[in-house]
Amino acid sequence: MSWLRSFLSRRDVLRVGAGGAAVLAGSAALGQGRTAHGAGHAEAASPGSAVPAAHAGHGNNLMVGTVNHKRNGFDPMAMLTDWDWGKASILPSGQTLREYTMIAQNKDIEIAPGVFFPAWTYNGRVPGPTLRCTEGDRLRVTFINQTAHPHTIHFHGVHAAEMDGVPGAGPGEIQPGGRFVYEFDAEPFGCHLYHCHATSLKRHIHKGMYGAFIVDPKGGRPPAQEFVMVQNAFDTNFDGANEIYAVNTVGFEFARRPIPVRRGELIRIYLVNILEFDLINSFHLHANFFNYYDTGTTLEPTSRIVDTITQAQGQRGILEFKYKFTGNFMFHPHISEFTELGWMGSFQVVEPEAYPAALKAAGVDDQWARRSRQGIAGGQS
Amino acid sequence: MSAPAAPAGRWASLWGLAVVPLLLLGAVLAYLVATGGGLKTLQGPPVEQLNIGRVTLPERGVIQVQVVNDGPQTVTVPQVMVDDAFWSFTADPPGPIPRLGRATFMIPYPWVEEEAHKVALLTTLGTVFEAEIPVATLTPQPGRDLFLRFGLVGLYVGVVPVVLGMLWFPWMRRLSAGAMNFILALTVGLLVYLAVGTYLDAQEFAAALPAFWQGTPAVLLIALLTLGVLLALGSKRRTEEAPLGLSYRIATGIGLHNLGEGLAIGAAFALGEAALGTFLILGFTLHNITEGLGIVAPVVRQQPKFVQFAWLALIAGGPAILGTWLGGFAFNPVLATVFLAVGVGAIVQVVWEVGRLVARNTAALGAPLVGWSTLGGFTVGVALMYFTAFFVKF
Ligand SMILES: [Cu+2]
Repeated sequence: MSWLRSFLSRRDVLRVGAGGAAVLAGSAALGQGRTAHGAGHAEAASPGSAVPAAHAGHGNNLMVGTVNHKRNGFDPMAMLTDWDWGKASILPSGQTLREYTMIAQNKDIEIAPGVFFPAWTYNGRVPGPTLRCTEGDRLRVTFINQTAHPHTIHFHGVHAAEMDGVPGAGPGEIQPGGRFVYEFDAEPFGCHLYHCHATSLKRHIHKGMYGAFIVDPKGGRPPAQEFVMVQNAFDTNFDGANEIYAVNTVGFEFARRPIPVRRGELIRIYLVNILEFDLINSFHLHANFFNYYDTGTTLEPTSRIVDTITQAQGQRGILEFKYKFTGNFMFHPHISEFTELGWMGSFQVVEPEAYPAALKAAGVDDQWARRSRQGIAGGQS
Repeated sequence: MSAPAAPAGRWASLWGLAVVPLLLLGAVLAYLVATGGGLKTLQGPPVEQLNIGRVTLPERGVIQVQVVNDGPQTVTVPQVMVDDAFWSFTADPPGPIPRLGRATFMIPYPWVEEEAHKVALLTTLGTVFEAEIPVATLTPQPGRDLFLRFGLVGLYVGVVPVVLGMLWFPWMRRLSAGAMNFILALTVGLLVYLAVGTYLDAQEFAAALPAFWQGTPAVLLIALLTLGVLLALGSKRRTEEAPLGLSYRIATGIGLHNLGEGLAIGAAFALGEAALGTFLILGFTLHNITEGLGIVAPVVRQQPKFVQFAWLALIAGGPAILGTWLGGFAFNPVLATVFLAVGVGAIVQVVWEVGRLVARNTAALGAPLVGWSTLGGFTVGVALMYFTAFFVKF
């Protein structure tokens, strides 16, 4: 029976010439014709199948069940428009001061229906809060470590060495029970990110210690419906490869609940790639093309009229586009494996009059819609 | 302790003494359950373990996976992946799988004929259990036609070569006593080869069993137990009076071995590895032809009736047919392991008996037990099996 197990892959069968020759003879002997082909997609989704197809997306390529966002304490849909402007005040110099508190906490989060991940978080959520400010603001971030491991916050941007949040600079790693105040001016404007830079770096990042950090240009950007999407993934069995891919943590969440937008309105996505273990991620938009601002540090697009962009680990950018037609339009990485492992969603494009109903269907309220348009203006205190 | 006074009292105190350790054991267990043996703080994270048994393709676009929870705690499988894609599924029974519990997952997946697929079960804690479909093809459904075809395969592999081997009988009758002893030593050689091969096959099935079956030690223990029972039975008869009986016991041992071969062939077809089919059938037929020689060797000085040859052939070769049916339609790794382990014991017992026959014959010939003749016969027997096995090993 050793031959039974040694033939674990079809490649091996083909490698053995004699075995390959026996393919035909063997199957003929038992009348197992090899002319038939596998079932197509249509057959797979036949009425006979016990599981209903998803209401949007890829037929039976779905996760069974739903995630309890209440228990998690965060909802990927709400995260799309959940800007954290901090506590704003004006310094004697006239500069705007924004004060934030970030607490490192351990938390088991539900990343797919019924699948729990022992995450390390900022403020109990993955990704952490989307910090938003305007170019030139003074930022004062109080970091409190309530876990049993040392952590830091490393901000992308321009700042003094002791504010870099890496071992050996300033206070270095903040020990369990410790605290530190990171303070610096927000520059340059762009779509940035922050993450823990304690060692081992890979583990501290993929366990969930990261978030988007958006610095708006002084003059703002044109009005738009704005969303933040943090591309992430989870290695649930700690084998150095991800099992679940998503934007804003929960796989297929926006396939289950398409994001409501209005036809003809400018949409702006702050896209951050904080993938661990895979070198690149990408974003592909269906039935549309967009302008892309690499790292968001320019007011002119760095790529025009493209429908797919690629981001390596830690890369970010801003996408701008409008929809010409109503309907459901997918977005996903053009890395098919990630798509099928959860990083897939869609926009539900409706006429303005149908928008309130679409909001309701997605389980969001007027406040969510208001926040999505408040991006640039919302922080001006 | 009170001294026994009357017979009735004796009985009471006897049973009382037997029960005392049990009562104390109960107390110790209760203490351990209540306190965790004082080691609760040392307990690690929960351990999830699933044994994936059969993966079948009952119809186009459907994958069926049977699992047994052989870990220490309940396991829940909320998500299923096929070929690195999350996929819809239903579980029967749904919900958590208790320790030693079973579940069957039905996955509506458009698998592709003749290609390989990978199924992964993702648990609540994120553990992944994977199973491979080496070559996808419809799992054979029991039907009259396939039943007959499988039976035919078993016939080719089991009965036909044994009968062919028996055709050496007239030739063997003309051999001298010395040459005949060589043939008996050769029989020992091929039986030893079969014992080793059957043991290794049994261990391979055992390794795939859920952990709680403890397959590895079980194979050895079942083989030893079988050997013991057969030796105990054999001690009551005198071998030289019943050469035909010895032939029957050789046939039985070989039959159990051939059952294992049938199981493997049937399972291969069921797993879609029919690619190997004809090649294996040819190889096994060649490999097994010496078995017939060994079976009739003890009776060359007798005048067995034709019907007895028929019985011997059926006992030695027939189980291959049965094995092919079992392997193809109702593969059960537990039964396969047990059958093969029994086979090991049976073959070793026959080695013992034929060995004694060789010892008696060499003594009668005035030759040493381990001489060039017996050693040569033994070596040729092993070598025949070894080299013909080239056709069935990859
Ligand atoms: Cu950290």
